[in-house]
Amino acid sequence: MPRGETAQVEIDDTDRLLLNNLQGGFPVTHRPFAQVAEQFGLSEDEVLTRLRRLVETGALSRFGTILNAPQLGGERTLAAMRVPAERFEEVAAYVNGLDTISHNYERTHAFNMWFVISSEDEADIARTIAQIERETGLEVINLPTLEEYFVDIRFRF
Amino acid sequence: MAALTDDQREVLAAIQDGLPLEPEPYRIVAERVGMSEERVLALIASMLAEGKIKRIGAVPNHYALGITANGMSVWDVPDAVATEVGRKLGARDEITHCYKRPRQPGWPYNIFGMVHARSREEVVETVERIAHELGIAQYPHDVLFSTRLLKKRGTRVRSSQFTVDSSQSGASE
Repeated sequence: MPRGETAQVEIDDTDRLLLNNLQGGFPVTHRPFAQVAEQFGLSEDEVLTRLRRLVETGALSRFGTILNAPQLGGERTLAAMRVPAERFEEVAAYVNGLDTISHNYERTHAFNMWFVISSEDEADIARTIAQIERETGLEVINLPTLEEYFVDIRFRF
Repeated sequence: MAALTDDQREVLAAIQDGLPLEPEPYRIVAERVGMSEERVLALIASMLAEGKIKRIGAVPNHYALGITANGMSVWDVPDAVATEVGRKLGARDEITHCYKRPRQPGWPYNIFGMVHARSREEVVETVERIAHELGIAQYPHDVLFSTRLLKKRGTRVRSSQFTVDSSQSGASE
């Protein structure tokens, strides 16, 4: 994602406290925000007001769940292609148009297009790769996860 | 791997875009789906326990908060030590995702570790620092920066049918 594309949001120390400590473990109870507020020595109302503002300003994508796609069923893989510069936009439009493509990034390498293929049906992965190779005439390398060491994004702000 | 039950799917569909930022969020969700609050709490707890929900809380938009550089560090590690190196890399706070993947023709790297930072320079410095601290600087490695996000969807469920899709997995690759 190009730098400067997303507006930067200013946050203060209390926002930072909430952001750094609430990226998981939110209580599943009747009054969860009150519980969290007590932990930080804030009022329930202040926690809610701050979280609403963080969502409204775009500092938070949302306040809620992070799903575990593999546990929900379905298959996914990471794939990459070397796309000639003059064909990049055309190939990107084609690849993005496929339902089984969930992410696609341009990256700084001879392998310059990196995408995630996801489907409930494992056979769709191979079908998608074959289809892209056939339609674009370009080779796709398939890089499925063999082992996953740690997947838990928590940012420090 | 167990698929979602119908009730779990119903609750997940109601909360996947965010919990109500109100004092009793789960009661509001319960009203929306026509279940008791107790039932909703139990269903969410079961999805957490089964690993279907990875976690609940704040999902930061790191780009809006200044963490705008996203580097994919890739390493050509001998197979005999690849798992050990992957585990060490994955355990580092600076690495947000870490995987072993197959080598392919023209692609020699088998270990992938994502690094997010405030600038590309900071990503490169981080990768080199980790390389030296873990004693893996001798293995060929590179950092691929994303120059453009071409497409991103979230992992979403529909109340009647599951669709795999992925930004909700938090996968900011």
